[in-house]
Amino acid sequence: MKLPISWLKDFIDLDGLSVEDVARKLTLAGMEVDEIHYVGLAMPDYSKGEKHEFKTTGISWQPDKLVVAEIREVMPHPNADRLTLCDLYDGTEQHTVLTGAPNIFHLKGIGKLEKPLKVAWAREGTTLYDGHAEGLVLTTLKRTKIRGVESYSMVCSEKELGISEEHDGIILLADDAPTGMSLVDYMGDAVLDISILPNMARNANVIGLARELSAMTGRPLKKPTIQYATSGESIEGKISIEITNPEMNPRFVLGLIRNVEIKPSPYQIQRRLRLAGVRPINNIVDATNYAMIELGEPLHAFDYDVLTQRAGGKNVKIITRTAADGEKLTTLDGNTRTLTASNVLVCDEKGSLSLAGVMGGAESEVAPTSVNILLEGAAWNFINIRRTAKQHNLPSEASFRFSRGVHPALAEMGVRRGLQLMAEWSGGAVAPGLVDNYPLPPKDVVVDITPKEVKRLLGIDLSAKEIAELLGHLEFECSIHGETVTVKTPPHRLDIGEGVVGVADVLEEVARSYGYDRIPETRISDPLPPQIGNPVHEWEEHLRDLLVSLGIQEVVTYRMTSPEREGRLVRFDEYTRIANPITPERTILRRSLVASVLEIAEKNARAESLSLFEIGPVFEPRKGELPNEPRKLAIVMTGRRLASAWDVKDSPAMDFFDLKGRIELMLAGLRFTDVSYAPTALSAVEGPSYLHPGKAAEVKVNGQVVGVFGELHPLVKEKYEVGDKPVLVADFDLDALRTAGPAYGIVPVPEFPPVFEDIAVIVDESVPAARVEALIKQTGGRSVSAVSLFDVYRDEKIGAGKKSLAYNLTYQSDKTMTDAEAAAIRNKIVKRLAQEVDAKLRS
Amino acid sequence: MQDKLNAIEKAALESLESVKDQAALDAWRVAHVGRSSPLMQVFSELGKLSKEERPVVGQAANKVKVALEAALAERTEAVKAAALAKSLEEEQLDVTLPGRTVNVGRLHPSTQQLRRVLDILADMGFQVYTSPEVESDEINFQMLNFPPHHPAREMQDSFYVEAGDRGDNPILMRTHTSPGQIRAMREFVAMNPSDPPAIRIALPGMCFRYEQVTTRSEMQFNQVEGLVVGKGITFADLKGTIADFARRMFGQDVRTRFRASYFPFTEPSAEVDVECFVCGGKGCQVCKNSGWLEIMGCGMVHPVVLQNGGYDPKVYSGFAWGMGPERQLLLRYKINDIRYFWGNDMRFLSQF
Repeated sequence: MKLPISWLKDFIDLDGLSVEDVARKLTLAGMEVDEIHYVGLAMPDYSKGEKHEFKTTGISWQPDKLVVAEIREVMPHPNADRLTLCDLYDGTEQHTVLTGAPNIFHLKGIGKLEKPLKVAWAREGTTLYDGHAEGLVLTTLKRTKIRGVESYSMVCSEKELGISEEHDGIILLADDAPTGMSLVDYMGDAVLDISILPNMARNANVIGLARELSAMTGRPLKKPTIQYATSGESIEGKISIEITNPEMNPRFVLGLIRNVEIKPSPYQIQRRLRLAGVRPINNIVDATNYAMIELGEPLHAFDYDVLTQRAGGKNVKIITRTAADGEKLTTLDGNTRTLTASNVLVCDEKGSLSLAGVMGGAESEVAPTSVNILLEGAAWNFINIRRTAKQHNLPSEASFRFSRGVHPALAEMGVRRGLQLMAEWSGGAVAPGLVDNYPLPPKDVVVDITPKEVKRLLGIDLSAKEIAELLGHLEFECSIHGETVTVKTPPHRLDIGEGVVGVADVLEEVARSYGYDRIPETRISDPLPPQIGNPVHEWEEHLRDLLVSLGIQEVVTYRMTSPEREGRLVRFDEYTRIANPITPERTILRRSLVASVLEIAEKNARAESLSLFEIGPVFEPRKGELPNEPRKLAIVMTGRRLASAWDVKDSPAMDFFDLKGRIELMLAGLRFTDVSYAPTALSAVEGPSYLHPGKAAEVKVNGQVVGVFGELHPLVKEKYEVGDKPVLVADFDLDALRTAGPAYGIVPVPEFPPVFEDIAVIVDESVPAARVEALIKQTGGRSVSAVSLFDVYRDEKIGAGKKSLAYNLTYQSDKTMTDAEAAAIRNKIVKRLAQEVDAKLRS
Repeated sequence: MQDKLNAIEKAALESLESVKDQAALDAWRVAHVGRSSPLMQVFSELGKLSKEERPVVGQAANKVKVALEAALAERTEAVKAAALAKSLEEEQLDVTLPGRTVNVGRLHPSTQQLRRVLDILADMGFQVYTSPEVESDEINFQMLNFPPHHPAREMQDSFYVEAGDRGDNPILMRTHTSPGQIRAMREFVAMNPSDPPAIRIALPGMCFRYEQVTTRSEMQFNQVEGLVVGKGITFADLKGTIADFARRMFGQDVRTRFRASYFPFTEPSAEVDVECFVCGGKGCQVCKNSGWLEIMGCGMVHPVVLQNGGYDPKVYSGFAWGMGPERQLLLRYKINDIRYFWGNDMRFLSQF
């Protein structure tokens, strides 16, 4: 909503408040000012470092340079047919001013004007917008000669003053504009661009905002007096209204004005409308818009003679009803619209006239030739209007208001204000009476509120009297009975509910009226609730720390993907599908976290070394229900083990064991001791078939599978642009991992020195290293505290199909172990290995 | 004999002067105080001398030996010192060469910011509560006082999920973390239905809005919400708690400002501005010269929401507030493109 300050001043005295003061007060009370657009009034001075709180645009008019002046005669230019010379008087002196304005061209050479033209005149040295430039370009008036005539000043168009884009002619002010007055004093303005919250529809108008300011400042609201003379035949009984569905149309009011002269509205009215964002059309249409912006009630004007004609000269009957599916209506923007049964129409007995609350119809609209005007003010169901405006893509000032709720009481007030303005601006005569069909008045909402309730919910001490006063500023009718304030909702708002909701609604008004800034800051005195924590969250955070400490970077990716994107890695039969995807790239919720992280590796493919992880949900669809959201961990590693540097050349590519090492450390960090790895079986669907069959493992903790990892299958890897190095991926089920029991207790640090010894054994290729290690540990028992494989070796001497495994053993005892004791254990181990896996000791 | 000894000493000392390294020192030792050196020759021939001469020559020879050994020790020290000086001079590094790096893992900046927020809230007694990212319309909207077709829904355009005809209760991607309020309240009520316990929780998580992804808007973002429910919770408590939080989050001197606002699930509602922590309220680009940064929305829990959660609004009251970790990061690090967060470019991530 665009609010010109000058209009606001019609209803509240703003003396002593700057434009920014007004904007700040409105903003703090919930009517956020997004921008202040200055159109004449003095702007805050940026150059002096003055603090200004709002986005500011526009122009200030120099008070000593821009004044109201009068043109007394329009004379031809001696050397240019399209230019004129104006004899202009600025209140003290006479000037000759050059102009090419077409809207005074017709006065050229007719001699002294009977009635001088009041204009906005800029002296030499004035800074204003260049009327001929594209967009807004500031320029300063300089003395020059145009076709031999000296020029140093200018009569201004709206564009030059920053009022609008209009540059087709100069501004012609009202006849009573005081010559010599500084223009900024006469019509300097600033426009506040205000966001209207959904619950503040009542303030999408000038009076609503003035009322709020009145509550905040304690200054009185100057309510408009709506009075006009009537003449001619009353319309009561001449026109009838039939409402077929009061739920959709709770009220419909009509008034009539006869013998209007359609012409432009007075200049100040046009200027205000333009500043408020509405294009002036003519005095009748302008009156409907002006009343709407002022009061909040959208009005619609019909050409009464068209309606009478359609009625065949009989009494006009207005009918409101829902449209038939497929019914057509040509709206006044010239478009023929196909309607549905949820749309509401204003009709007469012959057919539809307008799309209720949204847009008028073409046939009955006000034309330059219209003489008698029927004015409609109505109340509509806000949800229905909202849907209709959306359905036909017709956002308008009217539908903006109606779709947020306009109180039916305003229908009558709006019609009366509209008729008053039409009478003032068009010379027409208002017919006595209104036709008013009001089948469904809103409930009078009454809420009881007590100081105790205010204290309980707001934390401030207010007496019943103080509460009543605060609400009174916002026109609530309050009566006090003992400790209870009975609050009646004023007839312009629909946002106050009943019961406990009503109490909250009214309390908000108490708080706003009192001022949020005056409410103290206190600490919660309520006792601390039971502390139950969130073990799942805490465990995941610990896991994140572990992974980070292992040099793996966390990423966070989109939950939405497409079967094609994810399908490069794995395909599923069912997905959770987005019904209204915003792009074909994101149509489903992901089922594979590894696929998401792989995409990030792909995006970062130019990096020499990548280690990435993500922890988050995947989405398993369930028919007609919320999907399951199991938590997963995905790791992706690829590239060199170390990034190249001045002393690091050709670091080897990471392989299966780089990833496995991280996984081992991660599981150790989670304090799992019973961990085992085994080649993983491939499954065609919903399994780890994307892994290299020989370089894939499943991980078991306490005998339960918790995840799989390995090198990406060469055929899968081809589908990703990730360079030539192997890509290692891991996929863990966090619910399984989290619920696996960690080890209890620690291994004590030994008191006696250990004995170290290396042994190398030759075994068949088919014997897994893990089997050898397990046998060593088993045989050595408590005496062997650590076994670490330090070499795997193959060559001809050992023999084809054989490998040598070299282990470093740590012997440990609860006393100092002798070499002989160590040798005994070693012999036992060697013997066992020979028996079980046909191992030969390598000399 | 004395002359011979003098000559031996003189020759040895002269020769020592040209000794520059350890090898020469060793050679000198052999040559001049070694077993077959001229000096040792003198000692070995002492037996051939007369009784009278023997001690005189012996003493004189011994004196030479002591002198030569002292000279050797001195020379040895000098050679060592020279060698050290030389090596120190030679071992000059180019200290401007880059250091050796290690593979570093980092938390995603959103996780880092979520932790900052949750850590502060934990200190204030707020426990983490998480809830699903896919929700029903009922929990995401209706229970939070957004009736079907209410204009307030326009504030939160949604992604819907295909789930067959569920009438007025479709399934959607949650638009905020607030549905967790309903789930949490119901869980707490179930603990003790006759006298539901007080609540103080933080609700972090990913939320989704039907929005084109641009430099300034995202379809997916994190939110953290605080929820307090109890028997004596006031709007003044809300202000105090948020002011405390803001001071911990943005600095002890930071002031907060509460502007009236509207959310269907709170009433009274407010937007919270903190004094711009970039310029200290003087006005800068980040705060668009206003001196204030809009940082969260808050309000007293709406009675309908309390009721839907199972708490009697006549007895209980509460407040809630929500904020966006990514928005906080945008402001804190002057990030001008919100797409960086889920873009996960290492050149962005490695800066945190």
